[in-house]
Amino acid sequence: MKECGYSEINTRGTSPMESPHIKKKATVRRKWEVFPGRNKFYCDGRVMMARQTGVFYLTLILILVTSGLFFAFDCPYLAVKITPAIPVIGGILVFFVMGTLLRTSFSDPGVLPRATPDEAADLERQIDVANGSTSGGYRPPPRTKEVVINGQTVKLKYCFTCKIFRPPRASHCSLCDNCVERFDHHCPWVGNCVGKRNYRFFYMFILSLSFLTVFIFAFVITHVILRSQQSGFLNALKDSPASVLEAVVCFFSVWSIVGLSGFHTYLISSNQTTNEDIKGSWSSKRGKENYNPYSYGNIFKNCCAALCGPVNPSLIDRRGFVPADMPQAVSPSNGLTMYGSTQSQSNMCDQDQCIQSTKFVLQAAATPLLQNEPSVTSDELPLPGKTSIHAPCTSLALGQPTPPSSMPNLNSESILTDMIPLKEDLGNHQFLTPDEAPSPPGMLPVNSPVTHSHTMHVLNLVSQDSLHEDSVRGLVKLSSV
Amino acid sequence: MRPQAAVAGKVFIQRDYTNGTLCQFQTKFPSELENRIDRQQFEETVRTLNNMYAEAEKLGGPSYLEGCLACFTAYTIFLCMETHYEKVLKKIAKYIQEQNEKMYAPQGLLLTDPIERGLRVIEITIYEDRSLTGR
Repeated sequence: MKECGYSEINTRGTSPMESPHIKKKATVRRKWEVFPGRNKFYCDGRVMMARQTGVFYLTLILILVTSGLFFAFDCPYLAVKITPAIPVIGGILVFFVMGTLLRTSFSDPGVLPRATPDEAADLERQIDVANGSTSGGYRPPPRTKEVVINGQTVKLKYCFTCKIFRPPRASHCSLCDNCVERFDHHCPWVGNCVGKRNYRFFYMFILSLSFLTVFIFAFVITHVILRSQQSGFLNALKDSPASVLEAVVCFFSVWSIVGLSGFHTYLISSNQTTNEDIKGSWSSKRGKENYNPYSYGNIFKNCCAALCGPVNPSLIDRRGFVPADMPQAVSPSNGLTMYGSTQSQSNMCDQDQCIQSTKFVLQAAATPLLQNEPSVTSDELPLPGKTSIHAPCTSLALGQPTPPSSMPNLNSESILTDMIPLKEDLGNHQFLTPDEAPSPPGMLPVNSPVTHSHTMHVLNLVSQDSLHEDSVRGLVKLSSV
Repeated sequence: MRPQAAVAGKVFIQRDYTNGTLCQFQTKFPSELENRIDRQQFEETVRTLNNMYAEAEKLGGPSYLEGCLACFTAYTIFLCMETHYEKVLKKIAKYIQEQNEKMYAPQGLLLTDPIERGLRVIEITIYEDRSLTGR
């Protein structure tokens, strides 16, 4: 299976306006290529998995190797001695297990697509009106909406990454960085989240796997017993060494798999998710009035709803084409979580914001200086420690005041940060001038006289309140990127 | 329809979760549409959409049958036929297009199919209506 290959977009130089011919080349893209979550796609978007798939391959190997050994070493003997139905039933079980496993692993669990920028803006406006707060730039307290479902009050949480209010029973998977409907859990064994759309496959996988492990375990034991009756126990083990391995694997698997099947049977019959059960959302321990509002009342209907209910189509339309005028998906507030093919795009988003905020800060600082030194522009003051602007922007979040004596902080931002406490005690802080401190990489020596004078000028501006406000705002913006 | 018309704003009809996780939209009339469309017509549209989504997700004989049949064929049957849900989604798309042509476009509005927004919202785009400015 080929992995999706993506090439980083060159953010330097050419802008979309400058070179229309480049736009023509990179035209037809499918939506999976610009998907903002941390998923891997194969077969041109038909297959969707989580990022970490190592354990999934382990599951595959365990099942295939154990079954293979069973068919190779135990079945010939058992087919002859007892009945040929044994390998047939075994074959059907293995086929069913593999089918449901692949179906669980490869399908969309019910990912909710992220809000478009217009939607997000509209929601933010509504929330601001509700909260009465107007200041932006920092993260406001968690937003919740309460809704009454079947007599129970349910809190809907706002997802900062996806910029939506999560529907009831949905949850955000931090591993896949997606909101998933009816989120059960993220299963590393199947390499995917288990949610609304693939829960029935997951359940049938663990159910059939429990039957398979019990089946193999039972018949391996039978095989060894029959052989030992003929030629003694030790000889039996020598004749069929694979049986030992199979027995060990099955013995340890049986407890966990059968236990898990039992647990999920309970969850299905009470129409709960693993998430809800672990949190005790509908537990009677929370209160006498606490009950599950999603349960249909009887076990049979709950089971039917979970296993035979209607299948929703995927909401993310992986194989659709990206329209040319589609607005860019809302980039997550935590830039560190961006992976996959949208890394370059989100980097551009974050970088644009970053560049804007930095320019704002530097302009605010440099405005009085422009009268004296017209050469001071934001381009001439390279951000220290970074030779290029393409580094992830979260490393530039310097919202907190840092001691001036630490070397990496010798830059325009920290000087301004120190301005805030400087207002009170100007004398206590000691600045390392560029001459004293070893210059960090990327800081050209030619600029040091400029920064030196910049430092001196900046110190003189401590008393200017409006500049102070501007730079604080700029810094706050920077830290929010 | 109106390629040259400027977008004056967008209204988002949010989901209504009072009946659980079923796909239902709020029938509350947004204030931005006061001058554009009749309240009754709007509520009728949203109510019809809600009914259609409820039909798609309905649990009953036919859906169980479809589920069981699919299970026995290892879900390969969906390579040949559409699920009930997909059929209803097509009906919904046609209905929305019809509503747009008959009622909303003449008033300078455009309904976006909720499936294109992940069934989160019904997006109504409000276009600048130059004919109204003459009054």
